[in-house]
Amino acid sequence: MVEMATRDAYGKALVELGERDKNICVLTADLAESTRTAKFEAKFPERHFDIGIEEANMIGIAAGLASCGKITFASTFAVFAPGRCYDQIRIAVAYSNKDVKIVSTHGGITVGEDGASHQACEDIALMRVLPNMRVVVPADAIETEKVIKEIAYIPGPFYVRLGRPRVPVIFSETYDFELGKGKVLRKGKDVAIIACGIMVSKAIEASDILHKRGVEATVVNMSTIKPLDVNLLNDLGGVVKGFVTAEEHSIYGGLGEAVAGVISENICKPVKRVGMMDVFGESGTAQELLIKYGLTADNIVKKALEIVV
Amino acid sequence: MVKLGRDIAHLEEMAKEVRKDIVEMTYLAHSGHPGGSLSSVEILVSLYFSELNQSPETVDSPDRDRFVLSKGHITPAFYSVLSHAGYIPHEELKQFRRVNSRLQGHPASTKLKGIEVSTGSLGQGLSVAIGIALAGKIDKRDYRVYCLVGDGEMEEGQIWEAIMFAGNRHLNNLILFLDYNGLQIDGEVAKINDIAPVISKFEAFKWHTFEINGHSFDQIFKAIDEAKRYPDNPTAIIAHTVKGKGISFMENAYEWHGKAPNEEQYKQAMKELNANG
Ligand SMILES: Cc1ncc(C[n+]2csc(CCOP(=O)(O)OP(=O)(O)O)c2C)c(N)n1
Ligand SMILES: [Mg+2]
Repeated sequence: MVEMATRDAYGKALVELGERDKNICVLTADLAESTRTAKFEAKFPERHFDIGIEEANMIGIAAGLASCGKITFASTFAVFAPGRCYDQIRIAVAYSNKDVKIVSTHGGITVGEDGASHQACEDIALMRVLPNMRVVVPADAIETEKVIKEIAYIPGPFYVRLGRPRVPVIFSETYDFELGKGKVLRKGKDVAIIACGIMVSKAIEASDILHKRGVEATVVNMSTIKPLDVNLLNDLGGVVKGFVTAEEHSIYGGLGEAVAGVISENICKPVKRVGMMDVFGESGTAQELLIKYGLTADNIVKKALEIVV
Repeated sequence: MVKLGRDIAHLEEMAKEVRKDIVEMTYLAHSGHPGGSLSSVEILVSLYFSELNQSPETVDSPDRDRFVLSKGHITPAFYSVLSHAGYIPHEELKQFRRVNSRLQGHPASTKLKGIEVSTGSLGQGLSVAIGIALAGKIDKRDYRVYCLVGDGEMEEGQIWEAIMFAGNRHLNNLILFLDYNGLQIDGEVAKINDIAPVISKFEAFKWHTFEINGHSFDQIFKAIDEAKRYPDNPTAIIAHTVKGKGISFMENAYEWHGKAPNEEQYKQAMKELNANG
């Protein structure tokens, strides 16, 4: 299977946007290489600003640029934005409804060896609760490119969460991203697996395993966590026995709770969450950590079986 | 616990051992931060083998001197020094950055005694050091707090909030080392967002300052001795250093901030370290 890091797709998309549109500005906080904004910097140095190790300052500057009609992307690691500049995001970006796209790389535990200090497992929760903020977690490189090009021209604040490692490319070039719409990748009547980010490919894997055991699973790529595709969830709720959510994030405040919130308001069916169980990660290879913390196809299968049997 | 006092020859020997560990640890882990580890070696060795009134036996004592590693990414240097000082078995350095290890990529205070606070998000350590200094004042304990900050890290706003507060509160039990190696991740500090002039900035915030060669044990000790004589204010020791110090191809090369040597580079680095002295 072809693999590509979502941050690489981001760098590529930024350059294409920059070529077409002089209004695009890009900011980073001493992480141009790691976040891949360096690709944009190489072509459009006058519209790229490496602020220094100053995340709070970066977000304020982004809001100022946006006030003057610039479409502004701001990138650092997901622990640092939102982590290191949350109030700046809340007031200058979300509350002010500015056209700032915060695209953070190195989300989740697949950051690996750097350890818990660098593994954002709470960023989706922090961003989801801000009014005006839209939250997108693309599943692969293809979707990332489409997301970046699409949200550039949807006014207002966005948070896009990308990853560090190379991950399987699961979509083809014809894949269409539509903000606020979940994509049904597999159809099955027994259980629905709602996943985002790297867990989408694991959800597909899980559905294959379940199929061999006679359980038919629907798999949804819920890359838009906010606004959530409530209609799709309600429709599925009328069919399946229950839901399994899967995300590289705390089970608190992320996709899992968002889905559970919708389902509990409308349909009483179980929602089982796969995610970080209210613990910090640690150093290790991405693969080791995914297994240790249960972010696996097997764990999704286990939760699905709890629902259907 | 090994203390080497001010025996410069022995301290230099120790610095060399630490540099070898840094190369070995990053090589084995296939990751980690050699550049800023190598620039801080003499500062850390001076503290742990001479200045710091702390040992594995007194690591829980309320009267111990404290050290806060604000530039948390230099765990190769930090863990190596802690191992030679008896806090962790030297053999354990091989576990650096591995799953289930105490030796996290960035210092985790819940995993290892001797780490005052978890760091890794830059700009936070000095504030914690100030809290420790204030507690010493409240409790009338005469320990000192040392804090090591990077020059890129100085760009963080929180650092300047902390500097302003410490100066205003006359925290004479606080000594800051600035590892002024001139480089951050994306290149030169002077080009990205220059922090110069630092001496006049610290002085404007009511700190005492020293400017030294951060690889000279003599100058480090002289600055610490002088700092202890000042009754009123915190001290900033501006240590001019070389990022990647001791390994020809890593010196002054920002690319070596957070990159592990491959096998060939590892061998070359070890050869250079073994040849010198
Ligand atoms: C708040 C925060 N932003 C970004 C980073 C990523 N980062 C790790 S090290 C580093 C550069 C540090 O430069 P400097 O302080 O000069 O350290 P040194 O040169 O001594 O290694 C950056 C930006 C971080 N660890 N914390
Ligand atoms: Mg530096």
